Amino acid sequence: MPINYYIFLSIALFVIGIIGVLTRRNAIIIFMCIELMLNAVNLMLVAFSKMHHLANVAKDASAGIDGQLFVFFIMVVAAAEVSVGLAIIVMMYRNIHSVDVNFLNRLKH
Amino acid sequence: MKTILLLIVLLPFAGFLINGLGRKLLGKGYIAFNACGQILASFVLSVVVFMTVRETGGQVVNYFDFISVASLKVPFAFQVDQLSSIFLLIITGVGFLIHVYSASYMKEESNEHYGRYFSYLNLFIFSMLLLVLGANYIIMFIGWEGVGLCSYLLIGYWFRNTEYNEAANKAFIMNRIGDLGFLIAIFWILAKVGNANFTDVFASVNKFSPSEITIVTLLLFVGATGKSAQIPLYTWLPDAMAGPTPVSALIHAATMVTAGIYMVARSNALYSLSELSMNVVAIVGLATSILAATIALKQNDIKKVLAYSTVSQLGYMFLALGVGAYSTGVFHVMTHAFFKALLFLGAGSVIHAMGGEQDIRKMGGLSRLKITSITFLVGCIAIAGIPPFSGFFSKDAILLAAFEHNKILYAVALFGAMLTAYYMFRLFFLTFTGKFRGTEEQEHDLHESPPAMTIVLVILAVLSIIGGFIGIPDVIMKGGDKLTQFLAPVIPLKAEEAVSSSTEFSLMALSTGLVVVAIVFAWFRFRKYEFKPSKGLGKFLENKWYVDEFYDTVIVRPLNKLGEVLNEGLEKSGIDALVNGIGKAVQYGGRQLRWLQSGQVGSYVLLMVVSIVLFFVLQFFLRK
Repeated sequence: MPINYYIFLSIALFVIGIIGVLTRRNAIIIFMCIELMLNAVNLMLVAFSKMHHLANVAKDASAGIDGQLFVFFIMVVAAAEVSVGLAIIVMMYRNIHSVDVNFLNRLKH
Repeated sequence: MKTILLLIVLLPFAGFLINGLGRKLLGKGYIAFNACGQILASFVLSVVVFMTVRETGGQVVNYFDFISVASLKVPFAFQVDQLSSIFLLIITGVGFLIHVYSASYMKEESNEHYGRYFSYLNLFIFSMLLLVLGANYIIMFIGWEGVGLCSYLLIGYWFRNTEYNEAANKAFIMNRIGDLGFLIAIFWILAKVGNANFTDVFASVNKFSPSEITIVTLLLFVGATGKSAQIPLYTWLPDAMAGPTPVSALIHAATMVTAGIYMVARSNALYSLSELSMNVVAIVGLATSILAATIALKQNDIKKVLAYSTVSQLGYMFLALGVGAYSTGVFHVMTHAFFKALLFLGAGSVIHAMGGEQDIRKMGGLSRLKITSITFLVGCIAIAGIPPFSGFFSKDAILLAAFEHNKILYAVALFGAMLTAYYMFRLFFLTFTGKFRGTEEQEHDLHESPPAMTIVLVILAVLSIIGGFIGIPDVIMKGGDKLTQFLAPVIPLKAEEAVSSSTEFSLMALSTGLVVVAIVFAWFRFRKYEFKPSKGLGKFLENKWYVDEFYDTVIVRPLNKLGEVLNEGLEKSGIDALVNGIGKAVQYGGRQLRWLQSGQVGSYVLLMVVSIVLFFVLQFFLRK
């Protein structure tokens, strides 16, 4: 498959993620949208990594492998983020019985 | 020598510290004893120094490096030579007499103020000694400023009186204007010569171009006009009469105002090289002397008359300096110190007897104050210049020098001498002859001053009589002009085209004759005095040529106006507006930016996204 498809899919996922973050007020959905953006990036990295590998495999057997390494890093970070983020959301729900981020505008004061 | 000189200067300073710090603790007796004692000790040491100088000549005594920056070295050094040792004697001698007089004159002051008064007097003597002993212009300048400060403090001694404070301010500011010129001259000399030691400066006059010499000497002269009350900076001196009378005698007659003369005489090596400067000095001096003499004709305050006569006599001294007769100028400083101190202290005695009255229209018939009136008469004769009183010798020497230089200068100076005799005897006749014109109460209270004051008057009267004998002109007694010979190492003798002795005698006879005529005229005019308000020229003179008003309109008021304009325009609507504007802009901006911090996470994220997109777009376009 041409690389274009991957790129368009990835951009679509990323933009959906951004729009979700910007428009939704439910913390969990925002959270999911962030994950979506991360995964869009992952997809992109893997796609480019594969393309790069195919193009240079004759010169270097391990060409393009670093792109995939990044993906693993991002996954680890995402997992850590999820654990912390969900914990925050749980605490938030316990305190204000809501997961609406607009209630949490006390940063202003 | 080193220690003695230091002691001469530091003793008055010690007196200042003791009296100044202990003014609340010490009794009047001790304060007076301390103040007078320090000066007397200083005087005795000065006599020792004088004797030494007479035998061994002058020397420079180094103490320590006062300023030492890179190649610039200003040593704290004293130069004692013929010129400064004479000034030492005048300052400490007359100063001591005036201290003694003050001790009695100021008796009615409270303890604390008594101490303050004497500490200022001592500080003044200290500064003056520093001025004449300094071996370079810098040390001289320290003393120069010191006497200015003391004069300010003493004029404003009765500081509860606003008018007196204003007089003190005026004196200080006028002096500062002159000091600026002096200061610039010092810097110029430092830049050219590398240091300001008199010996070095006078040895390296060839480093200056002729025009530079002229500028430097003129700047120095500006300083001298401030301190020695010459046109255009003379108006502070008559106002300085606000201080206690002995202060007027000490500062504004005998010593401080002669600082300018000393400075010019000291710098004679520079002045002699610039004919223009010499002419300026002579003409300014002569103009001042005539101007002040005409004003003195119509003044009614006993101290004001004396003040203007001081200005006038200082003008004579500058005339002498200007025509190159430096030693004659110094001679007149000395005789003037005697008779003017005498006249001022006599005036103080009169004021004392009249219970504070200073208006001569309300005096008259005071000859019953025997000692005061006789000594005052001596002073008047001396200043008028009748032989063989001291004023005759010094004034005649000046007239002679002027005659040799330029006949017109001589004629005008002679006219000034007549005026001097006239106004001094007007003062004398109004004060001491005729009927008493004051109140009955004053007449009842009339009393001669206590002995401490009259003794001083008598001593000064004797000095006024005999003080001239150290400068007898050669035509009368061969080698009689001891002062000039004594000063010869510092002030080179002139190779003059001596006028013939018959001319000299006729000049003397002429001036004496005119002076006598003036006195007789004054006698007929003021023997029976009735007060009439003056008009026309008289009123013009009584109002001092309206010079104060002139300065007020030309300088003071425009300056105030300018200040107001700057205050309104530059300060309030310029700088203030700018500062306040910045504050207001920040406040306004803050209010406008506040909506950014809404606390809504969503809006923050939106901003982030928008800015990131913006960066990308920018990047994209900038690449191209």
